[in-house]
Amino acid sequence: MSFINYMAREINCKIVYYGPGLCGKAKGKMISLATETERTLFFDFLPLSLGEIRGFKTRFHLYTVPGQVFYDASRKLILKGVDGVIFVADSQIERLEANQESVENLRTNLAEQGYSLEKIPYVIQYNKRDLPNVVPVEELRPLVNPMNVPDFEANARVGVGVFDTLKAVSKLVLNELKRGG
Amino acid sequence: MVNPQMVMYEEEFNQIQTVVDRLVREANAKVVFIVDKNGQLIAASGEVENIDTTSLASLTAGNIAATGGIAKLLRENEFATQFHEGEKANIHIQLVGNRVILVVIFDSKSSLGLVRLRVRKASDELNRIFEALLSKVQEPGGDSPFAEITDEDIDNLFND
Repeated sequence: MSFINYMAREINCKIVYYGPGLCGKAKGKMISLATETERTLFFDFLPLSLGEIRGFKTRFHLYTVPGQVFYDASRKLILKGVDGVIFVADSQIERLEANQESVENLRTNLAEQGYSLEKIPYVIQYNKRDLPNVVPVEELRPLVNPMNVPDFEANARVGVGVFDTLKAVSKLVLNELKRGG
Repeated sequence: MVNPQMVMYEEEFNQIQTVVDRLVREANAKVVFIVDKNGQLIAASGEVENIDTTSLASLTAGNIAATGGIAKLLRENEFATQFHEGEKANIHIQLVGNRVILVVIFDSKSSLGLVRLRVRKASDELNRIFEALLSKVQEPGGDSPFAEITDEDIDNLFND
């Protein structure tokens, strides 16, 4: 749920990165709540200012959820008040099934919060494109992205494609606002 | 839409800021801030220069969300109050009207009893302000400043 502050002339939006465990969502400088084994436990958080639009500062709050199956309870909580979702798919061939399970889990958890994947601003980032054992995007797409939403190839370790994905979802979120969502 | 759009206007912001400023004084607190349940900071007062209020806001909301999850498992409606005691700093977290979170950080210059007392009074006032704000937002004809933004405006945001 975006927050328009007329007083501070600010617009705040919440973007959530969703995906299977170890797909590389939580890369970069973030507030991190990690377990002893360095897995994201609750969420990682990064506030990001993008500049002004019609005199309003735009601020995006980026969250990542824990991917491991057993952290489902905390994953649900992070989706509260979400404005846009980036699904981060692991491109490695052995993670194909984990991706599909995770998309289904996203759909279920969104529905529990009263959202639908069809209506919410939603894009997909195919991560780890630099690894040797990756599935070609043409094969990944029908499995991970049957809805044919905007999707991008990325390598989060060096930052390739990450900004494009963020830009795409931010545009969708702002367009949603424009329509008075 | 699941929840009504959260909007803040100058009039209500000033009312909220007055309550928060007064709470800092009356409770002998170091910092008082208000966060919405989604983790957005609404207002802050006190010694805020040295703390990362944005991160605090998001973590507090996460905390409330997690506690709400625990409450649900225990078939409890909500745990409206939380208190964390540290060696120097203490933090009192109060859910107001199931909508926003009132956070008070205090040290040995104050006490839990005093903070609780002042928070209770401030909560009632805040609840009234947010209720009025909410009904204002739901009034038809409230034009969003974003209704007129163009695709070009959005593109410009990313063209640096």
